[in-house]
Amino acid sequence: MAQQSDGIGGLKYDKSKKAWPNEFNIFIALILIVAIFEALGQILPYMNGQSFLFDTQDRFDTIFNEARLRIIILQVAIIGIISLGVTQVIISGGIDLSSGPLVAATAMIVMSFAQTELVNGNPNPKAVFGPWAFDLPIIVPIIVGLAFGAMIGAINGTFIAFTRIPPFIATLGMFLICRGIAQWWTRGQPVSFPTEAYAWIGSGMMPVIWFILLAILCHVLLRYTVYGKHTYAIGSNEDAARMSGINVKRHKVLVYMIASMLAAFAAIVLSSKNLTAQSGMGLFYELFAIAMAVIGGISLTGGRGSIIGTVLGAMVFGVIQSGFTYVKLDAYFQLMAMGAIIIGAVVLDQWRQQRAASRS
Amino acid sequence: MSGIELHDMGDIILETRDLTKHYGGVHALEGADFILRKGEHVAIMGDNGAGKSTFVRQITGVEQRTRGEVIFDGHPVHFDGPLDARKAGIEAVFQTLALADHLDVPDNLFLGREKTFMNWLGPFRFLDYKGMRQDTLDALQKTGVKIPNIRNTIQNMSGGQRQCVAIARTASFHSKLTIMDEPTAALGVQETAQVENIIRTLKEQGEPLILISHNMRQVMDLVDRIVVFRRGRIVANLNRDETDGQDVVAYITGAKTQPEYDVEGVT
Ligand SMILES: Nc1ncnc2c1ncn2[C@@H]1O[C@H](COP(=O)(O)OP(=O)(O)OP(=O)(O)O)[C@@H](O)[C@H]1O
Ligand SMILES: [Mg+2]
Repeated sequence: MAQQSDGIGGLKYDKSKKAWPNEFNIFIALILIVAIFEALGQILPYMNGQSFLFDTQDRFDTIFNEARLRIIILQVAIIGIISLGVTQVIISGGIDLSSGPLVAATAMIVMSFAQTELVNGNPNPKAVFGPWAFDLPIIVPIIVGLAFGAMIGAINGTFIAFTRIPPFIATLGMFLICRGIAQWWTRGQPVSFPTEAYAWIGSGMMPVIWFILLAILCHVLLRYTVYGKHTYAIGSNEDAARMSGINVKRHKVLVYMIASMLAAFAAIVLSSKNLTAQSGMGLFYELFAIAMAVIGGISLTGGRGSIIGTVLGAMVFGVIQSGFTYVKLDAYFQLMAMGAIIIGAVVLDQWRQQRAASRS
Repeated sequence: MSGIELHDMGDIILETRDLTKHYGGVHALEGADFILRKGEHVAIMGDNGAGKSTFVRQITGVEQRTRGEVIFDGHPVHFDGPLDARKAGIEAVFQTLALADHLDVPDNLFLGREKTFMNWLGPFRFLDYKGMRQDTLDALQKTGVKIPNIRNTIQNMSGGQRQCVAIARTASFHSKLTIMDEPTAALGVQETAQVENIIRTLKEQGEPLILISHNMRQVMDLVDRIVVFRRGRIVANLNRDETDGQDVVAYITGAKTQPEYDVEGVT
């Protein structure tokens, strides 16, 4: 007999028939979407047979269209960093709507501590503070940014954990507060001209490197530490978590703090990449970050999902965005189509969950 | 003179005095005086809504009592939460089971008291998955539970299997007092027998137990004493050897009343 009884108490359990992990489905979806755009490139008359993925310009040294791939991952990297934190919040059974405006507020504040004194030999025209704030070591703006993020996250978490305010409302309030802070900081003026060291953080492919490093870190946190286990437990059954002796309130504050610190770091990377901070930055970022997580199979009811899923969700998001541009879809229609895809992802996920439940 | 103060406290593991819980206008538990001796197994019986689970929730700190006192192991206690109670040595299987649906068996068994390493990392200390899996297998083997795959999440398990996990969780940690709220309600014949064996093992080891059950045969088989709850009050305290099923049912339904029941029981 090939089948081995591995179970306890004599029940049969066939190890080879283990269900596919959900992440695998998302990976398949990613490949399918790429194939669809590739096919559209061949079919649509105005595309002149361009390829989405492959290098068609007869350069022998590359197979893929590297420029497009680079743009795709660069585009998703910064929102992806936010999404890593949002993922943890959603797994714990919450939601964080404040991350987009938090990016703007943090970028404005951080950039003020990262300015250089002389621009092309002239005094910095965008200086926010006096001379003491010029050419500070790079660690100063980074610490200021992360501390600001931690503070906002702590406020979010404290209100959600210690009052009965739903996460949706608490973080919606913080959404407005942060946008307000971003506009008030310089009365709407952009903050520009950072030091060379600061400009390095977001230069070239650095955003992608940060995204990968932080994704690995978050994966380890969620999968291999007590913090991660309790995050899943709280999202799965908050009462059970409490009865098992988990300090649910303290843990929630921690989860929101980590999420906001990740968003603050994304702000540092973004302002460094753009070499400027503006109060309107991060428009829709909170929604796109949630969308990446949802596409990646993070259940909005909590308790389910993984960082690998979110990273794949971010890739899907980037491919779709880039694919829309590739088939020359109008920006208006892009937004509409993106919305439809997000709704579709949630519907698909619920349908899959129901099917899984009825099978067992 | 009140009888309570005459006890030799060294003999008593748990005592409640005038323990009361109101939910708004609902008097779920009213003036419960209760005593449990070391090594003693006591059953709590009563109709649905009689206040049995409420009683357990006040003792284990899941809820905060309206008034009254709980004296555990010689000290008045005021548990802020179930973790406090567990730290003091009270293990409980709650009627609602308190399992996390999306986690697997070892995760649930060790929820809130994970085996870890690199503990200097605080909340970010690492989980010892291997150790927890091994201990889980041992615990389940001991309790005779049937589960095909311990890596399965709880949501994919039968009601009885869930209950077995909750019981294994309680039985695999040493405690000064074990409380089980209807532990065999969803179990098959064999599984019920296994759980009853676990209870007998606790008895042999001298670990005291409070068992809430609607199963008269089980109660008569297992415990030393039966306490009957009715409409939030303790209405009878019966020595197992001096009562029978009919008698207990009469107290449960209110057909019979003990005018001044004796907290101590008859020894
Ligand atoms: N959180 C609550 N809020 C309001 N009323 C409650 C609450 N919990 C329990 N009650 C009420 O308190 C009473 C006692 O409930 P309890 O759960 O203790 O009953 P029980 O004896 O365990 O019953 P069962 O045998 O059905 O488990 C019931 O009338 C119930 O409706
Ligand atoms: Mg009950």
